[in-house]
Amino acid sequence: MITAPSIPAALCAALWLGSSAVALAQQARIDVPILYLRQEVDLPPVLSNLDPQPEDLGLAGAEVALKDNQTTGGFLGHDYALTVVSVAPGGALAAAARDAFAAAPFVLVDGTAADVLTVADLPEAAGKLIFNVSAGDARLRSEDCRANVLHTIPEDTARTDALMQVLQARQWRRLALITGPKPVDQAFADALRRSAAKFGLTITGEKPWTFDTDLRESTMAELPRFTQDLPDHDVLLVADPTDDFGRYVPHNTWLPRPVAGSHGLHAEGWASVIEAWGAVQLQNRFEAQAKRDMRARDYAAWLAIRTVGEAVTRQNTADPASLRGFILSADFQQDGFKGRALTFRNWNGQMRQPIAVVNDRALVTMAPVEGFLHQRNETDSLGLDQPESRCTAFGE
Amino acid sequence: MTRLAILLMILTLPAHAGEIWVTNEKDDTVSVIDVDTLEVVRTYPTGERPRGVTFSKDFSRLYICASDSNTVQVMDPDTGEILHDLPSGEDPEQFVLHPDDRHLFIANEDDAVTTVVDTQTRQVVAQINVGIEPEGMAVSPDGKIAITTSETTNMAHWIDTATYTLFANTLVDSRPRHAEFTADGAKLWVSSEIGGTITVFNVADQTEVGKVRFDITGVSADLVQPVGFRFNPEGTKAFVALGPSNHVAVVNMTTYEVETYILVGRRVWHMAFSPDNSQLFTTNGVSGDVTVIDVASETPVKSIKVGRFPWGAAMRPTKSQ
Repeated sequence: MITAPSIPAALCAALWLGSSAVALAQQARIDVPILYLRQEVDLPPVLSNLDPQPEDLGLAGAEVALKDNQTTGGFLGHDYALTVVSVAPGGALAAAARDAFAAAPFVLVDGTAADVLTVADLPEAAGKLIFNVSAGDARLRSEDCRANVLHTIPEDTARTDALMQVLQARQWRRLALITGPKPVDQAFADALRRSAAKFGLTITGEKPWTFDTDLRESTMAELPRFTQDLPDHDVLLVADPTDDFGRYVPHNTWLPRPVAGSHGLHAEGWASVIEAWGAVQLQNRFEAQAKRDMRARDYAAWLAIRTVGEAVTRQNTADPASLRGFILSADFQQDGFKGRALTFRNWNGQMRQPIAVVNDRALVTMAPVEGFLHQRNETDSLGLDQPESRCTAFGE
Repeated sequence: MTRLAILLMILTLPAHAGEIWVTNEKDDTVSVIDVDTLEVVRTYPTGERPRGVTFSKDFSRLYICASDSNTVQVMDPDTGEILHDLPSGEDPEQFVLHPDDRHLFIANEDDAVTTVVDTQTRQVVAQINVGIEPEGMAVSPDGKIAITTSETTNMAHWIDTATYTLFANTLVDSRPRHAEFTADGAKLWVSSEIGGTITVFNVADQTEVGKVRFDITGVSADLVQPVGFRFNPEGTKAFVALGPSNHVAVVNMTTYEVETYILVGRRVWHMAFSPDNSQLFTTNGVSGDVTVIDVASETPVKSIKVGRFPWGAAMRPTKSQ
């Protein structure tokens, strides 16, 4: 037994590397190059200057996952590398993708639904394994699904379904809805309406957001009157996913009602308030590296790269076709710090995952909420289910 | 079984003076349960977020992983006084005391490191790089092998305790939480929380020789999550805590088949036997209590309220009164 005072860290590292090298002598090394392809966008102006969107949103999650994979890969002879290609707003995504494609069989796409399809439909994209880490549009999991695209960002309707499960469980069943003017606001409102109907909740009244003034000085006067003529409701829903006006709605309503949707009680693939199921470990790793909280797109990128890592670890290959088969099989499972094993829906490529229903300070619950059953997997009560999806690309 | 029968059973249990010490993760305390009266008799403050807990061989010292205080505390169990802190590395979660009664092998969950501390000199002897989120710790009965399991790397890392180097890394299912050698040192069991399995290795060549799977009627498969476990002294049965399924499985150690499931409190983590091994005490994190299982009949006989989020458990025999 060594009882010498303290072995210097560098010596420990050398010993460790030495022993790994011996263990790996029998094994061929495998290179796993991953491409992160981002289409930058000019964000719309918002009323508040608080909480700007981080410039490394998504990317920071990818970098943490890369380190996680590299540690595991170090024991197995698997070398993970990440290349980032970020296309300026209005830039040529397809051309950039073509240039960068050659090097990487695994591609994360951070952009809109149209961007995901642009990349996935390139001739060079055939045979690649593409992960959508940012677009929640239902069409990518339905009529516009692609066999070479998996989704680690939850679809928007999975999030709104999670929210409605909570409202139904609380028996807060009468809802009113305020919707912003942008197309993304309308799309989110559609998801809220669809989920409300799915879980038997009623939207008693709706109003479009029409203010064109800076509300910051006058919310106390304007908002109560704006919400005064809505029919009575238990919860006021807000559809403002770009965070323009929604932050001014809570506590400024005519009736004393909780706010939910894009603000107040909201549902996310990931939130910084998740601490159970070992999540604190991931939050700590992320904060140490990125110097900020982990958000849903960071988590989706983290999941995509961890999925590649888990598949390579188990299959000992970097061939995208065989890994795709494994990832979509019942043998694949990913730990995502949400208390259940994460798997993929093999009919449309969506990762099956619990959704966090949160407020700004705490996790309210992790959906699926107890009591919402499903014949296959309770998590399939969230988002497009197989009979609803018009995706046929996975029917091989 | 009727309430009267349970009562009679408790009253007729043989004398086996002892205590179960339980760490309360969200109360920063340790609760002491008397195994005769099945009541909490003392509660002592600890450092922040106490989790792993174990006694020295002569039971004169209690070692406590105070995770958020980044230290291992040494307590005098007779007085509850914290005697001193040991250097432990960042975020110690679980540890194991080497058979030499002197070296603690500590999993540093936030640091991907296993730290070896000499409890006499209070010095760090070695730090060994392992996978992401090390947690489960075990040491072979002959003291030659230490095991660290890493929750995100999904491996059991095999450490040569003579050189403090890794000599093997074996994959297990997702999120390994706990490891134990069998008493003869021939087998290593590793539980995988998200994978929902226990992998059994042959120690001599580190090959996988068995897999334990669980299936509880009426409980969704992905909520059956094996975490802590203990072997009975005969080496015939393993008692496996199954987390949010709120059950403990009794596993036949020859066939690796589950013989029965015992209903306990919510989110069961770890467990400890009474000194005569007739009772098993399980920590139930979410319900904040300890379930007492009668080992002979494999039935729960009592719940004991402890602090918030009980996690680790360790037994100390006491002199008969």
